Amino acid sequence: MIESHLPVYIPFTFLAFSLVIPLLAIWKDDWSQPVATAGAGGAALLSLYGVLTHAGSEPLRYYFGGWPPPVGIEFVYDGLSAFMLAVVNIVTFLVLIHSRKIRLAEFASKQMAFYSVVMLMMLGFNGMILTGDLFNMFVFLEIASLSGYALIAIGGKPAPVAAFRYLIIGTVGGSLYLLGVGFLYNVTGTLNMKDVADMLPLIAAERSLVTALILMAVGIGIKSALFPMHGWLPDSYTHASSTSSALIAPIGTKVAAYVLIRILLFTFGLEQINAVVPLTTILGLLACAGILYGSIMAIAQFELKRMLAYSSVAQIGYIILGFSLGSVLGLIGALLHVLNHAVMKACLFMVAANLRLQEGHSDIRRMDDSYRLKYPGTMAAFTLAALSMIGLPPLAGFFSKWYLALAVIEKSNWLFLVVLLVSSLLNAVYFFRILEKVYLKNPKIQETGAPPITPRQEPPASMLWPTLILGVMLLALGLGNVPIVNFLEGAAP
Amino acid sequence: MIESFTPLYAVICSLAAVPLIVLSSRRPNLREFWTILAALVKFGIVLSLLPHAAAGTTVTAKLFEIAPGVPLLLKADPLGVYFALIASGLWIFTSFYSIGYMRGAGEKKQTRYFAYFAICLSATMGIAFAGNLLTFVLFYEMLTLATYPLVVHKETQKAIDAGRQYLVYTLTAGVLLVAATGLTYIFTGTMDFKAGGIFRGTSLAPAVMISIFLLFLGGVAVKAGIMPVHSWLPTAMAAPTPVSALLHAVAVVKSGVFGVVRVVGFVIGPEAMSEFGLNDILFALAGFTIIMASLLAFRQENLKRRLAYSTVAHLSYIVLGASLITPLGMTGGIMHIAAHATMKITLFFCAGAIYVNLHREDIAELNGIAKVMPWTMGAFTIGAIGLAGIPPINGFLSKWFLAVGALEGGMILPVAILVLSGLLNIGYFFPIIRNAYFNEGEHLEGHTEASPFMVAPIVITAALSVLFGIFPNLFFGLFDLAGAIAAGLFAIK
Amino acid sequence: MIDFFLGHYSYWLTTLLLCIGLYGILFKRHLLKKMIGLSILQTSIIIFYVSIASKGGDATVPVKAAHLPVDNPDLYINPLPHTLMLTAIVVGVATLGVAFSLLMAIWNRYQTLDEQELLDKTQND
Repeated sequence: MIESHLPVYIPFTFLAFSLVIPLLAIWKDDWSQPVATAGAGGAALLSLYGVLTHAGSEPLRYYFGGWPPPVGIEFVYDGLSAFMLAVVNIVTFLVLIHSRKIRLAEFASKQMAFYSVVMLMMLGFNGMILTGDLFNMFVFLEIASLSGYALIAIGGKPAPVAAFRYLIIGTVGGSLYLLGVGFLYNVTGTLNMKDVADMLPLIAAERSLVTALILMAVGIGIKSALFPMHGWLPDSYTHASSTSSALIAPIGTKVAAYVLIRILLFTFGLEQINAVVPLTTILGLLACAGILYGSIMAIAQFELKRMLAYSSVAQIGYIILGFSLGSVLGLIGALLHVLNHAVMKACLFMVAANLRLQEGHSDIRRMDDSYRLKYPGTMAAFTLAALSMIGLPPLAGFFSKWYLALAVIEKSNWLFLVVLLVSSLLNAVYFFRILEKVYLKNPKIQETGAPPITPRQEPPASMLWPTLILGVMLLALGLGNVPIVNFLEGAAP
Repeated sequence: MIESFTPLYAVICSLAAVPLIVLSSRRPNLREFWTILAALVKFGIVLSLLPHAAAGTTVTAKLFEIAPGVPLLLKADPLGVYFALIASGLWIFTSFYSIGYMRGAGEKKQTRYFAYFAICLSATMGIAFAGNLLTFVLFYEMLTLATYPLVVHKETQKAIDAGRQYLVYTLTAGVLLVAATGLTYIFTGTMDFKAGGIFRGTSLAPAVMISIFLLFLGGVAVKAGIMPVHSWLPTAMAAPTPVSALLHAVAVVKSGVFGVVRVVGFVIGPEAMSEFGLNDILFALAGFTIIMASLLAFRQENLKRRLAYSTVAHLSYIVLGASLITPLGMTGGIMHIAAHATMKITLFFCAGAIYVNLHREDIAELNGIAKVMPWTMGAFTIGAIGLAGIPPINGFLSKWFLAVGALEGGMILPVAILVLSGLLNIGYFFPIIRNAYFNEGEHLEGHTEASPFMVAPIVITAALSVLFGIFPNLFFGLFDLAGAIAAGLFAIK
Repeated sequence: MIDFFLGHYSYWLTTLLLCIGLYGILFKRHLLKKMIGLSILQTSIIIFYVSIASKGGDATVPVKAAHLPVDNPDLYINPLPHTLMLTAIVVGVATLGVAFSLLMAIWNRYQTLDEQELLDKTQND
């Protein structure tokens, strides 16, 4: 019973909880966070169960209302969507646990709205991952996006401005995607992804296909912050609440990248695309530009969250570079990086949140080596995540970069290899800068007598433990990457 | 081939000591006890592998897979055991010496020092026993990370800058190594070290082979101190002397030249090296380094810096030996790994003892100290003579075989370089010895020999240098082992 | 040539509206005007879908009537794009709703809806 309805239970858990929270909140506002966390936890458990039981079997196709496609809408639960669901929901669960203490500091009066909207956003993301219908994708995309705009607006004073900017850019993106779907529908007469894929060889000569493809790619590209459409990202992340950043940064852009994978690889097929438009090359070059741009801009930042935002632009570049190569290795590298980056970035944003809570700021210039004594756990997690971002073995980040490097070498794409390697070094610059500040005593400060005893001021357990768990997960994901890779290999088209 | 977990135990026994060291930070004697115990246990384990290595059998520990089809492989082959023996053996002496040094100099953060030292030795064992390139890369990067806190130990501005330079060089090298490994895997389908070379018998375009070789070289050259990427070595002298002694005279730099030998003998292979003229490139770099570094040593006023440049020169003896592509040349190079280790560690120990005892670092300040520190200076003299290649110290033997190996290959130039370098060695060591013995000392009243913790290791390593020079097969059969390793690389038909 | 323009006039209209919408979004400084531009952009897409639903000739609204046989699809315009656009209109309205609440919040905090002034004011925050 659970098996066959699993694709529906997971997203609709979020829907149910998003409706329950406002009702409960009328009674007791404080209950929003635990209820939301419970909802996310339930979904995470179901997703994990799904991944573990699903591996290798046929895709599960759930027809809504019993209407078979192309008449009805379907949810497709195959290896790739199972994987994405697990990643997205588990990270969300940990982030929501982490938000327990932050909520009082950052949005105490708007808890109900915040958590309800988070649930809606997760519904949107889960729907995007599962759906097998192009228009349904648009609907869930907009659900997720609108919730995202609202979440970003719940932040500091300039947050609504950043949210408005994101709204404009994001809606343009969604509209372009919709226009692309329109062109595609015009030519194929169907909205079902699988149907379109089957039909494509027969109508390959149609020029509308090119238009559709480009419009859809650009539309989703805006959502996934593909260079040069990334401009909304840094501002949005900086002013939003730490929890929103931790949710939208690792998850939102990844889901959009996943949608690109679905459309380009599964629906259209890269060989067919490349016969008409050299999309692989274009995407690859844009991804490289994004990687370099993001890394360089990150070095120039002095505020931690903004630095992480630019770093995210670079990391999305890796993912898009990976799957744009069109090989199985490339796809594995990209998907592994989706997982690894989700964990790394969530951990890093949590660290930023911890520091903001305890220190009142996350300005890098003001960090000093007292942090080592005050926040040993948080900084340990930061170190693990930073080393993983740089790509040092045996942490997870090394392995996703390794598969990406192999994929790039396999295609003899030397420019991409150089970009991949150089960006690792650039990552090292902006992370080691912080590690130096935190772990080494600043020699410019004169020591007069014994240094004062700095007591531990770690953030509360509900914030510390998720951070540490994610940090340690990176070690486990690194050393244990082979089972994951084998699973992903089965998920490739 | 024997399957056993012994190589794994060798790697992790010092890792296991790390928590114990950290927990006993309040009780220095207990903490030091753990270090000594770990060193002895590690040496014991490696010693147990020696009979197998002498017989030519390999002890393999195949662990879980870290990439599909690529296991974490620890293979105790003759070369690995040779290197591991030297590193772990000298760690025992360094541990005793460290106790005397750190306490005498009143250094802070001793717990961090001893803990990271233990991790470094683990990484070194891992490098020695790595059975495939991916495992090698893993431990190589681990060594980089573990040595960083030791380089910046003093936390002065000089130390931090030295650490930064060290990181820039070694991380870049790491990235190049990863690229080279990826290329090897894609082009040959395997990453396992093979005596005679993975590339033996493959037919690849010269451009490809040369690029791969250059990338490998870039990866190991930094740690091996080949010019022009050697400059981190003298700068890293900002670290405490035991760090300089073990790591930069034994573990880190020897890992670098060990890497060179692995690349020349086990990845590219002597056949492919000569077929594509790669050995000429290597020879040119090695020869240049030997002469330039020896000349630059003259300009150094600081004792440790002079020793650093001497190290750079002598490391390239080993590289020279590898580039000769003759069995005797390779034997000479491998022998010099051990010879240089014992001699240089003696010299660095002496420099540290002088610093702790008399607070003197510059050569000009060393006037007359031989009267006050007779044992120290005696050992220093032995080490210096040995490095110059004068019998009966082990430095002479390795140099002899290098020269004979060159003649065996019909080359005169290497012999000329070796002779010239020997003269230069005498040239830059002589002023030190002359100042210490024949000049009038100042402000030396009341000073005696340094602490026995330091003097005993110094005397023992100097004595070992002499003993190994007269009886090269004493205790461990190192000479035979070196010969067997070299023969094994060339014997494949 | 004329044929090309006249034959595809719906697409040209769509493109024109899209460009007007984009112009509004990019070049107008007042946030409300940007919203109007966004709205126009969304409308252009709606018109595009509706236009591709028509079939020309006698096609009309799919309502069961005595004089319209059910077995000839050529007599009925395609209802699917219309239903899709109902959804899209709703999405557009929701977007407008969110946008306006954001604009109200911005107005309450900064007393201006001019982009340039907002940029200056938020620089310091």
